[in-house]
Amino acid sequence: MTYGPVITEARRAAELAARTSYGRLIASLASRSRDIVVAEDALSDAFAAALATWPERGVPSSPEAWLLTAARRNLNHRARHENVQLGAVAELLSRIDEGAEVTDWAAVDERLKLLFVCAHPAIDENIRTPLMLQTVLGLDAQRIGSAFLVAPSTMGQRLVRAKTKIKQAALRFEVPDLREAPTRLDDVLRAVYVAYGSAWDDHAGGRGLAEEALYLGRTLVSLLPQEPEARGLLALMLYCESRREARRDASGRFVPLPEQDPRRWSTAMIIEAEALLTAASQAGRFGRFQCEAAIQSVHAQRGVTGHTEHAAICLLYELLLNHTPSVGVAVGRAAALIEAGALEDGARALDALDPESVLLYQPYWVVRARLAERRGDQELMRSTLERALGLTEDAAARRYLSDRLV
Amino acid sequence: MQYILLLNESPNELADRDHPERSKTYWGAWSAFIGAISKAGIIVNGDGLLGPETATTVRLRDGKRMVQDGPFADTKEVLGGYFVIEVPDLDAALEWAAKAPCVHGGSVEVRPVMPPMRAPKA
Repeated sequence: MTYGPVITEARRAAELAARTSYGRLIASLASRSRDIVVAEDALSDAFAAALATWPERGVPSSPEAWLLTAARRNLNHRARHENVQLGAVAELLSRIDEGAEVTDWAAVDERLKLLFVCAHPAIDENIRTPLMLQTVLGLDAQRIGSAFLVAPSTMGQRLVRAKTKIKQAALRFEVPDLREAPTRLDDVLRAVYVAYGSAWDDHAGGRGLAEEALYLGRTLVSLLPQEPEARGLLALMLYCESRREARRDASGRFVPLPEQDPRRWSTAMIIEAEALLTAASQAGRFGRFQCEAAIQSVHAQRGVTGHTEHAAICLLYELLLNHTPSVGVAVGRAAALIEAGALEDGARALDALDPESVLLYQPYWVVRARLAERRGDQELMRSTLERALGLTEDAAARRYLSDRLV
Repeated sequence: MQYILLLNESPNELADRDHPERSKTYWGAWSAFIGAISKAGIIVNGDGLLGPETATTVRLRDGKRMVQDGPFADTKEVLGGYFVIEVPDLDAALEWAAKAPCVHGGSVEVRPVMPPMRAPKA
């Protein structure tokens, strides 16, 4: 019992190190062997050793360095055990590393390599985001599975398969030359955005994952300060996050953006997002995330000016559509035109879409209903809204739409 | 690391091999690719294969040998040849795969070659 506070302190230190350095430690351990599974095992053994020894000997001055050294030793033991030759190489490498390691991994952050390998084009697109969440943030398959609506065991298998491929097919642990391969950065950014988006849909359970996505976004900005799109992505997520509280009213009902009370938006997050977007724009390189953030920035202005510059939003959507065409952006642009009062342009934009591609796309039918409403066609509005309702999964959004049908 | 590049060609590409006008372009593209990859000094081995009409597939079912005319599966793309190359990682292998002429009409499957089996302990 007398050890209680000491154990608590040791546990807290280990947990803090786990939370703040997990990805850095895994990246550091796996970058040479490319073996994430083995790195995870070595690190979890190191955490166990920390919990066993820190209460007795005290928490080391640099818990991260302690864990890294312990985990490296585990790796070496394992390598020696499995293959005498490999063990010798590992031993040699670890000697080269000694002394240099602590300053070394602070300077060159291996997490970036890990992020790029997780979003490698040779990895199935659907597993990239979960893989990042697990290897860089240390989330378990249970939690990731529930966020992506996949059974934890299935998610666990998929993660293992991806990690096995990284190891066996020998994917490169390296930050690619982004001038030569700009799409590689897009893959990383998109995977982070997917993590945020999966949290966005799920208001109750998703908050934690949104925070993790923001953390990844911040990590990317600090690791790639020269990339405006990294800043753009973080700004975009912060604008969305700033409105989290305002998206539900007191009784938990969904509140769409135009009806939200700006006083319930987080000013701190908006200010941070504005600063990021301004810094990003100084690079003079247009990008999808900066543009989407700019659209959100215009919406955020309502908190100051009291009205929404619809014309600016339409223009930004046009730029976005030219740069990154997709059904989602096209529908967003149509919605912006309708809100701006350009009903005919909005209708034309909707008509131009391939009917097949929007058949089951809920936002399309919501925008169609809005168009009918603005044109004063109550009957068409109701039938279209019913159609949208049939495609809505989120309970709060369903309630919002069905309330409007009454 | 050794990787095999499985060069899958479309029937159209395969037909170009003997086409009176197009065969020159077909073989020209391949010899340019083979020239570049040879010069890089990474080829372990490699061959082109004759067409699927020359293939015979063997199976053993219930102890009976079954011999069948044609490739093992009827697919749109046909294995037209392969290279085994020695490069540091998958990214380097993919770079080479992307340069093969058959990526336009067909595809290249890249797979790590299994490391040689360890000799049993004496």
